[in-house]
Formats: sequence, structure tokens, C-alpha cells
Amino acid sequence: MTISAPVEDIEIELLLEALNQRYHYDFRHYARASIRRRLTQARIQLGFASLSAMQEALLHDAALLPRLLNYLTVQVSEMFRDPGYFRALREQVVPHLKTYPSLKVWVAGCSNGEELYSLAILLREEGLYDRTLFYATDINPNALVAAETGIYSLDLIRRFTENHQKSGGRSSLSDYYRADHGRAVFDRTLRERVVFSDHSLVTDAVFSEMHLISCRNVLIYFDRDLQDRAVGLFRDSLVRHGFLGLGSKESLRFSAHSAAFTEFVRDEKIYLRQGA
Amino acid sequence: MIPGPIRAVVVGASAGAVEALLTILPQLPDGYPAPVLVVVHVPPDRDHALVALMDPRCRVRVKEAEDKELAEPGTVYFAPADYHLLVETEGTLALSSDELVNYSRPAIDVLFESAAHAFGPDLLAIVLTGANEDGAEGLLAVCQAGGTALVQDPASAMAATMPQAALRACPSAQIADMDGIVAALRAAGGAA
Repeated sequence: MTISAPVEDIEIELLLEALNQRYHYDFRHYARASIRRRLTQARIQLGFASLSAMQEALLHDAALLPRLLNYLTVQVSEMFRDPGYFRALREQVVPHLKTYPSLKVWVAGCSNGEELYSLAILLREEGLYDRTLFYATDINPNALVAAETGIYSLDLIRRFTENHQKSGGRSSLSDYYRADHGRAVFDRTLRERVVFSDHSLVTDAVFSEMHLISCRNVLIYFDRDLQDRAVGLFRDSLVRHGFLGLGSKESLRFSAHSAAFTEFVRDEKIYLRQGA
Repeated sequence: MIPGPIRAVVVGASAGAVEALLTILPQLPDGYPAPVLVVVHVPPDRDHALVALMDPRCRVRVKEAEDKELAEPGTVYFAPADYHLLVETEGTLALSSDELVNYSRPAIDVLFESAAHAFGPDLLAIVLTGANEDGAEGLLAVCQAGGTALVQDPASAMAATMPQAALRACPSAQIADMDGIVAALRAAGGAA
């Protein structure tokens, strides 16, 4: 992870261009410093001498694509990460959600599903699960499969359980999984009402009539233009007075669409969609 | 001993960081001509504590780094807990929640490698006290990009492991005690 020369910047541009033209995965407007780090990691671990060599292989061998995507997209998350966020959803957003006869929730950039299961458990605890339809989307097909499988290492469960309790959980996390050979297998009923879907915030269109969109630690990876596109999608996907939850270090302060939202729980980055 | 004007300073510290930074940062003059980007290993739930501690004691501005803000001179930016801090080539800050590096997020290597790329020879990188080996690879990247590498004398560090690892990775780095580090910072900023 060393070597920095302008030639590498050119290689990154070309590789991202190749990835877009050949496979329609568009990372060109991702924040560059993180992309450079991830590509360098991929190059080393996939055994290429240069990014150009990796690009050549990528163009001619589609089997390399999913392996590279795992480096470019995989997010590490945990269940109930930032418990204060989930507590705010529970205490301040849920009372509003309870006024709707049916609900739609979109977890945008769901990665391996930790946040999806957190929200499913929270809404079940609050008696809303049965009237909710969840959309869990990601651009990485491998991540979607992992999310749909709902199996996590038992090593992580202690942390997940602590987070769940701090978030004001009304039940025990162990009610929702069974231990099996060092793995925690989450209850299939938690995903009965989930639609898993391949969706890109860069290139794809809106979802309609969402009541809550949770998209955390995704926008920090985008440049300003791409952030504006994604937030525009959220704006157009939400019902009037729908909620948007972002990561703890993300905000709409500088967004082109900031006027369409008001801060609902400022410290937890939960926003309210204003009427048109 | 520091060649040319610098565009940024990066600092990494772990065990013993608070005392070390309390010695160094308050001695930076108001209007210090470069941004100072700092990664300290802190537990994920101790957000804002370092900024609250340092800001009232410093003449420079001290704040938590925010995603996509321009790194301004005269300002110390701390990486927020549970996020990596990186710097883009145009000098804006970036956060990431990528996997832990050296068991840590934020990680010193992540900041240093991005800063080495962004600033090349116009960078001063400082590895302070710490009980792990984070920062060593990052310091090597700084050296390879022609930046100035400075390591706290292990003998003067509360925890010697991190400076020792940095010196192994980057033998050409300069070694300094606390006074030497302050002097180097002031010299790099154009003040005696």
C-alpha cells in the first residue's frame, strides 16, 4: 500500500472507465481517496503488478468482476450500529409511522443486511412489522445474497446484543436467531416482508411512496454531484413527511436538496421530507 | 532541517496520546500556516472528547474532521471516533467506514497514505507514542513520496512500540523528543 505517482491516478481513471463501459458499474463519482485505497488492496490481494494489469484482466475476464466488486463495495457494519440512531427511530419516528395503515421502508445500500435486520427487529418490537414492506437494495449481488441469507458470525453477536440493548430493545436479540456451528442464523420470518433488489443510487430510478429511507455511511463514499443525485432520489421516493436517516457523520447541510428536508432528530441525522 | 514549505501536517498517536498532544498542540501559534490532521486511537463511543479537551488549550482552531470539508491552515482536525480520516488530492477531507486497519478505526496508516499521495514532498508526518504498529506503513508511504518523516524518540514516549515500528519501516525518519517535535513543527510552519 505504498507508491504514489501520477501514473496511478491515470490508471484509476482508466480502470473506473473500463468498469463502467464494460459492466455498467459506475464508480467514477466515488470519493477518490477511498477508491484508491480499495483498488490498491484489490490489486495486491488479487495478485496484479499494476492497476493497468488488473484493468486488462477485468476487460477480458468477467469472472474477475464479482471479486473486484467485493473490494469496491463491501461495507462493514454491525446490527444497531450507533444505538442512539435506533433509539431515536424507536422513540421519535415510530409514533408517526404508527399512524399509517401500511408502511414502506427502504434500506439503501443494505450491504450484508445488518441494518435491515436491525430495522425489522425494531419494527417487530414496536408492532409494525406486519404492516411493513421492506426494500433492501445494494449494487453488489454477493452482498444481497449475504443479506438474504442472514447468517453472521457468533463472534459478532455480543456486540450486536449490546447495541440492541442500548437502542432501547424491548426483547432479547437471541429471540431472533439460533446458534449453529459458530454462526448466528437469523429467523426467516424477519425477511418474509423484504424485497431484495439490485439497485444503484448512481444510475437507477426512484422507488415510490416510501415512509422511511435508511441510508447510512453510503453518501460519504460519493462526491458532491453523486450525493446530490442520491439525495434527489430519496426526496422523490419519500411520501410527504417521510423520514430519511443518514450516517452519524453525514448531513444534508450542503446538499442541493437541503430545502426539501428539515432536521427531525438533528444529532442522529434523521430528516423529514417537506411537502412540495 | 525541514526542506521547503509544507502544505499539511499529519500526526498519529495511540497510548499516551493525550499527554503528548497536550504538550505539542498548545505550542502551535495562532494562524499556523498549514492544516494539522490528527488520528488518535479512541474507542468508538468517545466521540468529541479530544476536541473538547484540546480546543480551549490551543491557539489554533481545533475541531472534528467533517466529510468533504476543505482542510484549512491554522486548524487542527481530529478524526472522529469509528471513522477513518483521509485527505483528497484537492485538499478536502474524507471519512470512511471501511474495515478496521491495524485493529483500529480511525487508523494512522489510512490517513498517512492518503496524505502522502495528496501532498507528496510538501507533507510533515509525525508518529508519536503508541502501543501498536499502526502508522509504520503510512510513514513509509510518506518517505517514498518525498515527505518529511518525524518520529518521537522511543525513549521519551510513554509507549515505545509505535515509534519503534515506524523507525523500522522508515529508517530515514528523523527522531526527536517533545521539544524537538515542537521545534520541527514551528520550523515547518516558518516560525523559529
